[in-house]
Amino acid sequence: MLREVMDLPSLLDSRVCIVSGKGGVGKTTVSAALALGCAAAGRRVLLVDVEGKGGLSALFGASPLGYETTTLAPGVDGRVVTPDEALLEFLADHNLTWLSKRLQSMNLIDVVASAAPGIKDILVLGKVKQIERSGAYDLIIVDAPAAGHTLTFLGSAQGLLEAVRVGPVLTQAREVNELLTDPARCKVVLVTLPEETPVNETSETADALVDMGIQIAAVVVNGWYPGGPSVTVEDVTRDAASAGIVVPEVEAESLVEAANFRAMRHELQLHQLGRLEDLLALPFIVLPFLFTAALGREELDVLAAECASQAATLEGAA
Amino acid sequence: MSSGHTAADGAASDLASAYDTGEALTALVRRSNTLVFCGSGGVGKTTTAAVATMHAARMGLSAVVVTIDPARRLAQALGVTELGDLPRLIDPHLWDPDGERAPGGSLAAVMLDAKSTFDNLVQKYSAGPEQAERIIDNRFYSNISSALSGTQEYMAMEKLYELHEEGEYDLVVVDTPPSRNALEFLDAPNRLTRFLEGRAFRVLTAPARGGMRVINRAARLFLRTVSRVLGSEVLEDVVEFFAAFEGMYEGFHERASRVRELLSSEQTAFVLVASPRRDAIEEAEYFAEELAAMSLPVAAAVVNRLHPRFHTSLAEATRLRAEGLARDSDDTGDGATAVARLSDLYANLASFQEVAFREEAQLERLRKLIGDAPLARVPFLGDDVHDFATLRLLEDNLFPQEPT
Repeated sequence: MLREVMDLPSLLDSRVCIVSGKGGVGKTTVSAALALGCAAAGRRVLLVDVEGKGGLSALFGASPLGYETTTLAPGVDGRVVTPDEALLEFLADHNLTWLSKRLQSMNLIDVVASAAPGIKDILVLGKVKQIERSGAYDLIIVDAPAAGHTLTFLGSAQGLLEAVRVGPVLTQAREVNELLTDPARCKVVLVTLPEETPVNETSETADALVDMGIQIAAVVVNGWYPGGPSVTVEDVTRDAASAGIVVPEVEAESLVEAANFRAMRHELQLHQLGRLEDLLALPFIVLPFLFTAALGREELDVLAAECASQAATLEGAA
Repeated sequence: MSSGHTAADGAASDLASAYDTGEALTALVRRSNTLVFCGSGGVGKTTTAAVATMHAARMGLSAVVVTIDPARRLAQALGVTELGDLPRLIDPHLWDPDGERAPGGSLAAVMLDAKSTFDNLVQKYSAGPEQAERIIDNRFYSNISSALSGTQEYMAMEKLYELHEEGEYDLVVVDTPPSRNALEFLDAPNRLTRFLEGRAFRVLTAPARGGMRVINRAARLFLRTVSRVLGSEVLEDVVEFFAAFEGMYEGFHERASRVRELLSSEQTAFVLVASPRRDAIEEAEYFAEELAAMSLPVAAAVVNRLHPRFHTSLAEATRLRAEGLARDSDDTGDGATAVARLSDLYANLASFQEVAFREEAQLERLRKLIGDAPLARVPFLGDDVHDFATLRLLEDNLFPQEPT
């Protein structure tokens, strides 16, 4: 049965939402906007930064996030979960604090990480799972690692299940895998740009996630240019004459160049968005390219409102 | 931008400086035997590296590009859709359809296969096929050679060195992998040899060398705990690997220092690639600082996908004009639609002027960073690059030549 309206929280209806995409597509911005949008609908949201690079807190005008939880906006908390800290915590939880000191002093963390690749990602996702289990938040949004690491990051659990046969790491991997493959608990949001290579890669990532049994809540297409007609200098001159306005020739040329650039970008983007929609039968949210100077809270609110209003136009299964 | 000049002055001086930059970049390609492209993911690094290699080939050099993770259609264009060990020559009809290249020019490409490059290295430095086999069959080794962060970077440098040593090419170009820990690839040879030689090695190989009896209690407890957490099989693989590697450290170390020498040589140039976005410029800044810390200068920078530039009034004035016209178009009259159309065009121009202004501020940061080194500006040229026609178009923008 189809329901007529949907809202943002029902689009992101799992307790954990992993926002992923290649570097430069605006993944962090989208994570923050989705968090604000869900908080505005009354959800308690935690934003998790797994790289500790500081971009997330800067968007909120806050100082860099730490391993402790900080409030970024009403209803939105933020914190960092990095592998090193998650490892220390994991070992402490298993009464192995002495081991962590030894691992560090002998520089053995790399050896362990190579002996069982994916262990760092598992530690991070394990910590996310622990927060999810605590029930402190309605929604945990994870700003996933950049670059081509999405599949490695999310595939780490299944990889480790094959490599490690016993012990607490195996238990951790199994639990993380359960989290990732249960759509009530965890879904992925893919962020991309309406350009050829990002579209191809997003479609490949989506297919791979399906193979891994991980569900995708939505695709966010970022950096959408407004549309507008192509014009010529003659068009501008004619309009200027009929409106009784003087437009100097150089200025007319600039107007035409800017208008045609807009039209060209829009056309290319339309084509790529069309391809993506053909490739993936998923809910889409399209966010505008922002011409403003810097991204801050004000721009995030614009994007959050855009996410919410587009979610409301989506049809969802009841 | 061009305040105080006329629009035509601004355009002419931009063009002149573009030719200067193009000339400087061409000179750089000519005098280098190794080019390393650095930058964050998604800024057009692979494409830029391919264009520079093609430019070298067209100048009459025999040039090869080592590419790491090209977008599929670019890989198809270069004929490197599969990982390989040996570069493949690209048919000159593809990159030089009009036969304009200088004599001797050839273009080749290879998509780095980190695992097989590593295997070759192991074979080269092992005492015999038996030792090599023991290492290559080891599960821990296969993790290191395919998953250890830094291995891909290390192997990219190894491939670079290998191709340089073979002496078949005048120019070897490498497009570095997007690396979170930006310059891992430069330190990669050292990192790996440190990793292989470190205390970890001594603790872990102790059982293999002298049996569990002789190692101290702390180490034994450590090993037992690690195997409890990860499983004993994992640990056995590690111990076996380190034992098998015995005797090869010196060779690896020496090789790494020769790679390092090549990277610090006068004929090696580092080129930063960025897009005019703040995050990409910040990544470029980070690269530049790390290179400087290793006394490796940035030879040039390329900024891709710039929005158009306008040599008219400032964005604020354009915006005011748009707003004024929007108010006028509210008064109904004969010219209302024409006024509304013009208002939209002015508002759109103002938006792109603002973007251009913001990009210039980012370029200024980059300019300060690289001093006198050439800074090339490449405009947004439409769709992604997936054939030689678009690569040629990029070449014309990256290496513009003054018509004679």
